[in-house]
This record gives sequence, C-alpha cells and structure tokens, in this order.
Amino acid sequence: MSDPSTNGSGPAETIPAEIRAKAEEIVGRYPVKRSALLPLLHLVQHAHGYVSDAGVRLCAELCDLTKAEVGAVATFYSMYKRAPMGEHLVSVCTNFACHVRGGTAVYRHLSDKLGVGHNGTTEDGQFTLEHAECLGNCEGAPVVTVDYLNYEGQTPASAADLVDRIAAGERPAPTRGFPPEGIRAVQHRLAALGPAPEGEGVVAEAGHASDQARATDGAVPVPESGPGLAPVTVEPTFSEGQEAERARAREAVREAGQDPHEVESGAGPQAREFPTTDPDWEPPEPGASAGGDADQEHEEGTS
Amino acid sequence: MTEPVSVLTQRYDVPDAHTLAGYERTGGYQSLALAFDQAPTDLVQQVKDAGLRGRGGAGFPTGVKWGFTPRGAGKPTYLVVNADEGEPGTFKDRELMERDPHQLLEGIVVACHALESERAFIYLRGEYLWPGIRLEHAIAEAYEAGYLGKDIKGSGINVDVTLHYAAGAYICGEETALLDSLEGRRGQPRLRPPFPAQAGVYGMPTQVNNVETIANVPHIVQHGVEWYRTMGTEKSPGPKLFCVSGEVNRPGNYEWPLGATAREIVEVSCQGMLDGRTLRFWTPGGSSTPLLTGDHADTPMDFDAIAEAGSLLGTAAMQMFSDRTSVVEAARNWTKFYEHESCGKCTPCREGTFWLSQIYDRLLEGRGRREDLDLLDEICDNIFGRSFCALGDGAVSPIKSSLAHFREEYEHLVEHGRLPEGIESHTDAVDHNSGHGRPEQLVGT
Repeated sequence: MSDPSTNGSGPAETIPAEIRAKAEEIVGRYPVKRSALLPLLHLVQHAHGYVSDAGVRLCAELCDLTKAEVGAVATFYSMYKRAPMGEHLVSVCTNFACHVRGGTAVYRHLSDKLGVGHNGTTEDGQFTLEHAECLGNCEGAPVVTVDYLNYEGQTPASAADLVDRIAAGERPAPTRGFPPEGIRAVQHRLAALGPAPEGEGVVAEAGHASDQARATDGAVPVPESGPGLAPVTVEPTFSEGQEAERARAREAVREAGQDPHEVESGAGPQAREFPTTDPDWEPPEPGASAGGDADQEHEEGTS
Repeated sequence: MTEPVSVLTQRYDVPDAHTLAGYERTGGYQSLALAFDQAPTDLVQQVKDAGLRGRGGAGFPTGVKWGFTPRGAGKPTYLVVNADEGEPGTFKDRELMERDPHQLLEGIVVACHALESERAFIYLRGEYLWPGIRLEHAIAEAYEAGYLGKDIKGSGINVDVTLHYAAGAYICGEETALLDSLEGRRGQPRLRPPFPAQAGVYGMPTQVNNVETIANVPHIVQHGVEWYRTMGTEKSPGPKLFCVSGEVNRPGNYEWPLGATAREIVEVSCQGMLDGRTLRFWTPGGSSTPLLTGDHADTPMDFDAIAEAGSLLGTAAMQMFSDRTSVVEAARNWTKFYEHESCGKCTPCREGTFWLSQIYDRLLEGRGRREDLDLLDEICDNIFGRSFCALGDGAVSPIKSSLAHFREEYEHLVEHGRLPEGIESHTDAVDHNSGHGRPEQLVGT
C-alpha cells in the first residue's frame, strides 16, 4: 500500500484556516469522528485537487488516526486521486450498456484528443480524463460526466466538442443540473458543504475558465454561512425531449385545476443549522457488544 | 396482460415535485399522521403483511428484516439508506432521488418510527452529485417545515437525517461494506453474524435498506396492505421500477407490477428493440445476475419466477442486447468491472477475477485455446460460493451463464480467432488496470 503523501507532484500545500474550520464542522456532524473521513477527504480534494500530504495529516489529526490509516482509506476509493486533478474531471462510462452504444469509442477519442490516458491530466492543467464504471445513467448511454454532471447520448464528435467548448470558457448545460463549475468546487459540495465560496480552493492562477465564468454569471450562489445547506438556486434542466417523451409515456397524476407551471417555484429554503450530534448517543464501550468486539478487531487490523 | 402502474413514479411528470410545495400539493407527507397513530411494532407488521421485499437486489422481506431490530435495549438504533447505486445497468434510485426526493424522506420518517430510530444516514454514491443536491435541498426544506428534526408535527417523534457522499466503490453497496465505509474505513464486507440488525454502524442496531424499498413504505401505510397486494404476485407483491437499457428504442425507468414480463415491458414501455433487432441475451437484474436469453422474454419478472429460470431479479436492471452483440465481449467488459471493483479482502475473488480477465483478453484477441473454456468454468467454480461476499458470486454470473447459453460463440472465437458473422465488435475493451502498473501475466505458458 503506497502512501498517497508520496505521490503529490504539486507544491507543498498548507491547510488554510477556513478549510480547517470546515473540517472541524464536518467531524461534528457524526456520532463518531472517524465517520467524517470520507467527507473530509472530499474537502481535502476541494482544497488541493488531490489527496495531499497536508490533507492526510489534517484528517489523521481530526479523526484520531495515523497517516497510514488515512492513506489506506484514501487509496481504496476511486474518487480520491493521488495526483492533482486538472480544472475539470471528465469521466466516460465504458461499462457495457454504454459500451454497446459507443462509450468506449468516446473514451478512446477523448483520450487521443487530450493526449492522456486513464487518470491522466492534460499539460495545460485543464482536464483530467478517466474511464468510469457504470455511472447509473444507462438510459442516456453513452454518458460522459464533467465534474460529475451528466451529458447523455454522446458521440466521439459531440464529446470532443463539449471539451472544446469548456476549454474555451463556455459553460454548456448538462442533461440535468448546472454547468460544470470545476472539480474543486464540486468537491466542496461532495463534502456536503453546499456550493463553494468564490475563489476558495482554487489555485491563484490567471485564466481559469470557471473563474471567468463566475465573474460573468451570478448563477452559482455563495452560501451565507455555516454547514452547507445553502439554497440551491439553479433550476433543473431535464432536456425538453426527455420531458416530452415521459409526458407521452405516462399518465400524469396532476390534480385537476392545479397547473404545476403556475405554482411558485424556486425560492429555496433558508440556510439552516444542520443537526450535528446526537445528544442521546454515547460511544459504545469496547466489548459491550458483539459489534464492539468487531470494532476492536478492525482497529487492530488497520493499525 | 399486465399494465404499467404509477406509484413510486406518480410525481415524475410533476415539474416541481422535488420541492416541498410540489410534493405537498400532490399528496405528500400524508402517511406521517397515519404512521404516528400506530405503534412501531404494528407498522413493522403492516410492512410484513404487505409482503414488501427489499429492492436492492436480495429480495429479502423488509418487514421480517425490520423485525430483527432489538427493542428497548437502551441503545440507539440507526437507519442507513443504501443509495450507493452501482450495479451496472441500474439507475432507478438516481432518478427517484432527482425527481422525488421527498418521497424518500417521507419513507425515512415512517421507517424511523417503525424502528424507533432517531437518526438516519443516507449513504449516497459519490458520483451522484445532482441527486445529492436535490436531496440536500429537500432535507433542508423538510427541516424547515418540521417534517424532520425534533418533535415532528407535534408527535414527539424525532428524526435527524445526515446525507453522506461516498467516494466511488461498488463494493460499498454490500450492506456490511457500506457500514464499514460509513464508519470511515475501507469498504470491505464484514463477517456475519453479527448481522447489522444486532450490531451495525458503531456496533449499534442498524437497518440498511435500499432507496426504493424505503420509498414503498409510505404508500403501504397510506393505502393499506390490501391495495398494495393488488399489484404483483402472491410472493412478490407491489410495484417495481425496471431500469431498461441497452439496445431498446426507449431506455428508461418504467414502473410495472412485479410479475410483468420482459417482453411486455420492452414492447409497451420501450417500444421494442432498437431498429427492430432480435433480443439475444439480457440481464434481469444487473450484470451480477446470470444472463437470460431471448427465449426467457416471457418469464414473469418477480423474485421467484426469475429464480426458477436460473437467474435473479437483483435490482431489475434489464440490459437488453441483440443478436449483433457479442456475449463474450459483454462478459469481458463485466469481468473487468469486477476485477476493478473486487475489494481485495478474499483471495478467490481478488485473484480469480484477475485471471478471468486475462483469459477473456486472449479469447477476444484471437489467442484463445480450446482448454480456456474449461479453465474459465473451473475458475468460476473456485470463486462461486467460496468468496467472502456476493461480489464474487456476481462476478461469475455472466461467465457461467454465457458459457451455458452461448458456448458456440466461445468455440467460434477459439476456432477462428474472431467473432462469428453478423456480430460486430464495439471497439476494444478498456483495460482498467493499465494505470496500476500491473504487468501482463501469461497464463499457463
């Protein structure tokens, strides 16, 4: 098992104070600290674009683990990267339902176009490419995701065009959701912290497409404060064709006289305090139950 | 002739169903009052009587599973919703969470009352960003409106929900691996017993249920057992989301009663096979379930009938493939998937999938040998039933079943070094381990 701390090619990262504060907040969400490890690693990738040595140290400190234990977890999951990702992560599904509709051909074409292989990052730092296992969007095969936002029904040509447009600073809309805002901003969301504040976790370099896009497009909201449940103001964008097909395919259940289009929509809820700890919960005593025993064994196994 | 139903999907055409306003307007959260009037054990009995079977793949009766939860032990009980949808071909939970997240939350509240649990985790697949955003939004709205949190609608019942994004590991769909992952560990399955109902997350009593399973619960409470049993079969009652993909005209999630046939679903909902092609092979429940052939298209899609036909209903992920598609290519693709996703805990699965993958490369690159077919079979026998969890059994399903039904394609490959006439290759497979620096290994030379 190699330690991810030895893999980074980036500069020696540090943990900014605001990232540490968010990390502590994530730990407070769970009855047992270690449960916060997966979201914490997403937060580390938000800060540094990969599982950095400084990030591993932070996780170890906050979860009372050794660096080796954190490294063992980080290397198990495919979403944690051991080298800095580019600004956008492009994933192409090559599992069989996508494959028969051309998923692998799309992947090969993008790989040739970008000049990188699986988990490779382009020299200009704009894209990391990966081929992914079933992305759970087989009805839209073949599917490509950019920063985990899905573009359905791709061909080699359309996927190349998609990448070109993003490289040119455009923000093409995915089949559902909002235009990609950069993988680091998305990592903030995957830590269940909501949209990333502007500029946070972005390396201070000129020419980041997402920075330019943000400057001209106020659609990406900035959370007021606190843990993440900031309103999502971006409206859904299920494709028209998809909606129309569904409408034809199914009997609508709308009640008479209530046109959903007239219903006020949009106004999201106010940011609220997320329930952090379970007040009645007490840590299990070692050996108090069969599960406690199993837990002990685990600790020994991973130490 | 079975007809499609509209229970779980009843709001899929309501554009604002994902908002609290849209959900309440269309009858949402109405099961809560009915549920809170009942004793928790009565609710469990109701779910048992309804015959709801787990929708995550195993088909275990949910009410029976809930009945294993110890009560009054003075420990907290947890509900963990398994939203780690990763089975190839499955996309039902994704769409449900995107279009109707409150339906899941309503189910969570009812289930928590039945289990006397005050804390639920939604373990969501990390790649599911948009479903996650929809869920976060819904959770925030539900707290605001008092459907979650302390003293829900004056009932004295408390339920807190935590959304937990995972990080990309198929094995975490296995419930004990999921629990390890939720505890911040590598997602590797645990030895059972103890079962999660006794000692799950943090060693506490835990129920792990699939998204679709939980979403069924409010409907049972609201409309009753008798109504629920009007759909489906005696032993597999209720509605089911069928995820149809592959070579059909209109892939998608379609809701039918359990017991509908693949032919009905494909003809009526999907408007037939793509360009009028002929169905050759298909998975009834994702790539981990043994392949069926075109001759099985009239088998009722319920847990028992599909099992009788030699496969499993699994997640009801119907991937349909035509006579232009190579079953050996399909088996290689999925074998590489399992090779990549094997968690490494047990030897038969970790090593077996690795060797199987090499044999498939050889076969499809025209270097196959006659004895390779027996070798495939033998390796499968050494994985099936001998691995730590069901991933190993799933890994050999497409291989064993394709060898049984389509041996002639394998033999043609060995004999001629290429696919039979009329079957097109869909370009080379991608080698998942190319980035891992593992050297190619020669088998038996």
